Amino acid sequence: MKVAEFASKLNMRILTGETGLDREIRGVYTCDLLSWVISHARKDDAWITVHTNLNIVAVALLAEISCIIIPEDISVEEATLKRACQEGIPILSTGMNAFEICCRAGELLKSTGSNLAL
Amino acid sequence: MGDNVIKLDYVIPGDDFSVAGEASSNVKKVLNQLGIPPFIVKKATISMYEAEINSVIHAGGGNAHVEIDNEKIVVEITDQGPGIPDIELAMQEGYSTAPDEIRELGFGAGMGLPNIKRYSDELEINTEVGKGTTVRITIRLKA
Repeated sequence: MKVAEFASKLNMRILTGETGLDREIRGVYTCDLLSWVISHARKDDAWITVHTNLNIVAVALLAEISCIIIPEDISVEEATLKRACQEGIPILSTGMNAFEICCRAGELLKSTGSNLAL
Repeated sequence: MGDNVIKLDYVIPGDDFSVAGEASSNVKKVLNQLGIPPFIVKKATISMYEAEINSVIHAGGGNAHVEIDNEKIVVEITDQGPGIPDIELAMQEGYSTAPDEIRELGFGAGMGLPNIKRYSDELEINTEVGKGTTVRITIRLKA
């Protein structure tokens, strides 16, 4: 499922304009230890993290993550958004917490067959 | 590529945590442009990223030198930091000497060196307490 459709179906705000909206989401990953994320997240996962510093963009790039989801309406630094736009990584924001996002995203990806594991 | 060797050099600034990872992101782009298979690019860039971050966290930055030939990618990260007193301990997953403010950024989980070991084909660490550390990572392009 494309990032644009995913964000729209789950009522998430897109903080990075048109950047990378046609990237494909095939799964969801949630973790806040950056080294763990780069070695365990899968390509095309949507990544949920409470971190908002610039480094999340580098991690997303290296792990080939499709988009970053910031939960619980945490505000994101302008510099991070700017870098994400430059690198083509969309950042989504929502009031939901990580568990709620996983549940909703799981239902959504299952319904469309985007994640074969579900 | 024949005898061609591509050499890339980067300065890793130690005072600006926000640019940490730029050298490895750049190397990733170069490797992709060269048409190197994605799983090899991933191995090289994850290893380099961890070493780069280590030099920022522990050593006030350093230098990265990358050489790519038709057989391998070699990444050498050199710093003039405090050195590693106990390599065996530092290689243990979960062991970290990173300060709290670094951990708050999502680093310092004690996975840097273990990740490098996992993703590289060869890892050589030369370190001297009080002088600095050189981490040399080799990723082979052929099985």
